[in-house]
Amino acid sequence: MSAINPNPVTNESRQSWIPLLEIAAREVFERMLESQLTSPTNSVIEDGLDITSMVGLAGQICGVLTVRCTTASAVLMASKMLGVDASQAGSEMWDAVGEVCNMIAGNFKNKISGMGDGCMLSVPTVITGADYTLHSLAYSGKIETRLLFEGKPLIVSIEVHS
Amino acid sequence: MDSVRVLIVDDSSVMRKIVERSLRQAGINLAQVLEAGNGADALGVLNQAKVDLILCDINMPVMDGLEFVQQLPGIDNAKGVPVVMITTEGSEGHVVKALSSGARGYIRKPFTPEQVKERVLPVLAGNQ
Repeated sequence: MSAINPNPVTNESRQSWIPLLEIAAREVFERMLESQLTSPTNSVIEDGLDITSMVGLAGQICGVLTVRCTTASAVLMASKMLGVDASQAGSEMWDAVGEVCNMIAGNFKNKISGMGDGCMLSVPTVITGADYTLHSLAYSGKIETRLLFEGKPLIVSIEVHS
Repeated sequence: MDSVRVLIVDDSSVMRKIVERSLRQAGINLAQVLEAGNGADALGVLNQAKVDLILCDINMPVMDGLEFVQQLPGIDNAKGVPVVMITTEGSEGHVVKALSSGARGYIRKPFTPEQVKERVLPVLAGNQ
């Protein structure tokens, strides 16, 4: 897929990023977890998505990329990344889901012309629990893609601040 | 190929383990695997031990991978040791920065074991 120039960052151009965000996520799971993400045929149920990983973007685009999943999915990610049984992977789930989020963010920005050098990533932060609200001081839009990881919901989104 | 002593530098312990597994899948015989969570810790490791290859992330807390590579000429145990960067920062500018800082190769995350093999084997053979 050809690269898309991010400027000006309009709502229209943001919508054109959704396929790139989906491809970025799919590539991370295929290469690092040997797992194919699938598209849901029904609406994704958000209940139980109690793990949220966040990576900040700063530069040409300021915002936050988040990956939301269940605890079981986070453990499965760690299991697949480490090549060990899920029963041995629980302690690494935060690191695994944080690194997945980091790689999706990096892969996504590298697919947008000019953003690779013009946008820095923060180190990942992982939140446990679903009862929270994210408040941004300069919120100007959100894009997201809803996918299934081994049949379980996975929501990847970017809240754009400027 | 002789067995290789490798230092893997990444703030993610999961990623360090993936890199180690990818090296083994590439057919590289690892005599010793040393790990560090950032550039400063990696310099400490190199003050104590000799290695044949360093694989290093860029974005890390305390000391990032580019600063770490720039400090390597001052470490006796690191003289002539090839460094391959493994990072999400895969833009042309970052590649140029890494290579001009002294890295011999560059691997973008996400990567496949095959890509690790393609990038690391020539570096170990001294071809890059």
